[in-house]
Amino acid sequence: MTQLVEAGASLRSARLRLSAALWRRPWLKLALLLAAPVLVFAVVYLGALASLFVSAFWQIDSFTAAVVHKWTLDNFRTLWHDHTYWRITGRTIGLAAAVTVTDAVLAFPLAYFMARIAPPRWRALLFVAVLLPLWSSYLVRIYAWRTILAKNGALNWVLNGIGLPDAGLAYTNTAMWIVFSYVWLPFMVLPVYAALERIPDNYLEASQDLGAKGSRTLRSVILPLAIPGIVAGSIFTFSLTLGDFITPALVGGAGSSFIGNIVEDKVGQPDIPFAAAFATVPVVVMGIYLLIARRLGAFEAV
Amino acid sequence: MAVEERIEQSPERAAEPSGTPDVRLERVTKRFDDVVAVDDLSLEIERGSFFALLGPSGCGKTTTLRMIGGFEEPSAGVIYLGDHEVSGTPPYKRDVNTVFQSYALFPHLSIFENVAFGLRRKGTRGGNLKGKVEEMLDLVQLSGYGRRKPRQLSGGQQQRVALARALVNSPRVLLLDEPLGALDLKLRKEMQLFIKRLQHDVGITFIHVTHDQEEAMTMADRIAVMNRGKIEQLGGPDDLYERPQTAFVAGFLGISNLLTGEVSGRDTVRLGDGTTIRVRADALDGRSGRVAVGIRPEKIRPDDQDPNALQGVVRERAYIGVSTQYIVETRYGNVTVVVLNDRPGSIPHSPGDHLTLSWDPEATFILDPMEEPA
Ligand SMILES: Nc1ncnc2c1ncn2[C@@H]1O[C@H](COP(=O)(O)OP(=O)(O)O)[C@@H](O)[C@H]1O
Ligand SMILES: [Mg+2]
Repeated sequence: MTQLVEAGASLRSARLRLSAALWRRPWLKLALLLAAPVLVFAVVYLGALASLFVSAFWQIDSFTAAVVHKWTLDNFRTLWHDHTYWRITGRTIGLAAAVTVTDAVLAFPLAYFMARIAPPRWRALLFVAVLLPLWSSYLVRIYAWRTILAKNGALNWVLNGIGLPDAGLAYTNTAMWIVFSYVWLPFMVLPVYAALERIPDNYLEASQDLGAKGSRTLRSVILPLAIPGIVAGSIFTFSLTLGDFITPALVGGAGSSFIGNIVEDKVGQPDIPFAAAFATVPVVVMGIYLLIARRLGAFEAV
Repeated sequence: MAVEERIEQSPERAAEPSGTPDVRLERVTKRFDDVVAVDDLSLEIERGSFFALLGPSGCGKTTTLRMIGGFEEPSAGVIYLGDHEVSGTPPYKRDVNTVFQSYALFPHLSIFENVAFGLRRKGTRGGNLKGKVEEMLDLVQLSGYGRRKPRQLSGGQQQRVALARALVNSPRVLLLDEPLGALDLKLRKEMQLFIKRLQHDVGITFIHVTHDQEEAMTMADRIAVMNRGKIEQLGGPDDLYERPQTAFVAGFLGISNLLTGEVSGRDTVRLGDGTTIRVRADALDGRSGRVAVGIRPEKIRPDDQDPNALQGVVRERAYIGVSTQYIVETRYGNVTVVVLNDRPGSIPHSPGDHLTLSWDPEATFILDPMEEPA
């Protein structure tokens, strides 16, 4: 009985000591709170990335197709010397950049209208219109575009109807550009909208007050303040395009392979080490992209 | 740091005959749907003056200022800047600059570029631009801050950048909308004097909007007291305080004691119980019938040295440091008396004391009698 009481008391005092320790060191509480999620993140996410990176330095036995755990730079050497991979990388990055620029150009006026001009009811309607495509599957939307752009599809039907020749867009890089620009547009509109909506009216009034007409205010005040939103959107559009392999497979032509398509092929062969080596390329490109964005001050809160 | 030379004026402005008011509003009304924000208001603001629009929140001060700046168009009436009618002229073409309530400094531009913004729009470039901006930053005591961003400055410093950004364009009129509202009391007092001195140095007409009567009286040469979209009274700070013409003005500019009675002579008023008190003849101005006689608390002495006298009992006492405020119960209701604590030692009167109050007839003002005392 006395033992039990003593045990209870010591438990209570231990608890008090713990809470006092936590109170004295607030960072400790935070650390305890975050430990589990950080651990999961580190193991699952960074672990996967690390194992990808590590396996890129392994090799495949050409007879047994088994992975040989021997360090080598052969995969990277092949990537470096084979022009095909350069071309594919160039195509992937080039299209990602073209899609990003296209989406920025399309999204800015739309987001501007939504954020600063449209009456509330219009704004709600436009939001639905921008988000609506996201409610259906990505695959469905790409198949829809396939039928629109196909030789006997809706686009050519309309063109022929008004006496114009076929557009001939099916299975081309242009088709990919159109489809990518379409599917990622909402990811650009939303952050740009958020940035534009946050600009206080009196900045625009101050600009006018100091002698700036509308176009000058747009260039000198609105656009610079929208840059963080545009950069945020571009990170979406750029990285989503960079990592895609479905759109190239479905709407691209014979010479439209992306890095992702080659990676998929190699995984299927299976040549995991080479796939891993090629898969590091978009990761590195994205890293450089983020560095440049940061250097340009895009992440500075204004 | 006094700047002796005044900011150069545009030739067009210099050519106007002197005495042309810088700003003139003629029967200006502004309606928002069913709200009348500004109601048939006429006003002239003399060149080079420090003018305050004073009134409670919602009385239409900001709307009046925004119409002068070009951010709102009047529903009716005409606004002149100098001898130009400016209806329909957009803000960027008006010779007016504004210091916004929350400063509205551009967060992505340096202090230098914020101040240079207006000059660049006028095509000022190179050394000329740099010289003007730096001179202006010097004037608001911020030289050396040019490369910082607004968020790296304190509230008071941001306030001064906003002043510099507007003044560097040497506008005809500078509009200030509650520019000190976001500052703490001590800084606000400092900035009041700073802005007043600045106005004196640059010689530009300032129109200052505030709901703080003390701020308006400290800073302005002339004050328009606004209420419900109309001007109640316009005059110098002392006019408004010593000789308010309406109960609203009397109440808005401070405490006043009001005694209601019947005019009984050229300079006398008979109160309800038959006591006759003397008032200022020019304040009475030939009125007859019922009037309210007003006396400011500090004009009443707790003795019988002045011609008008009243008996009363001290009910409450509040020690304020500089002065002591008494609430004295009299036959005509409670009277507030403020006595300066200008002698060493104790406070002379305590609650319960019988007191004689007196005041000089010259210190009175006359208002229309009120249904209910405010
Ligand atoms: N843009 C607007 N739309 C509708 N009502 C407004 C608008 N601006 C001001 N008002 C109304 O006009 C009146 C005067 O406002 P304002 O000029 O801002 O007063 P103050 O600056 O003296 O506080 C208020 O009743 C306010 O609600
Ligand atoms: Mg206001």
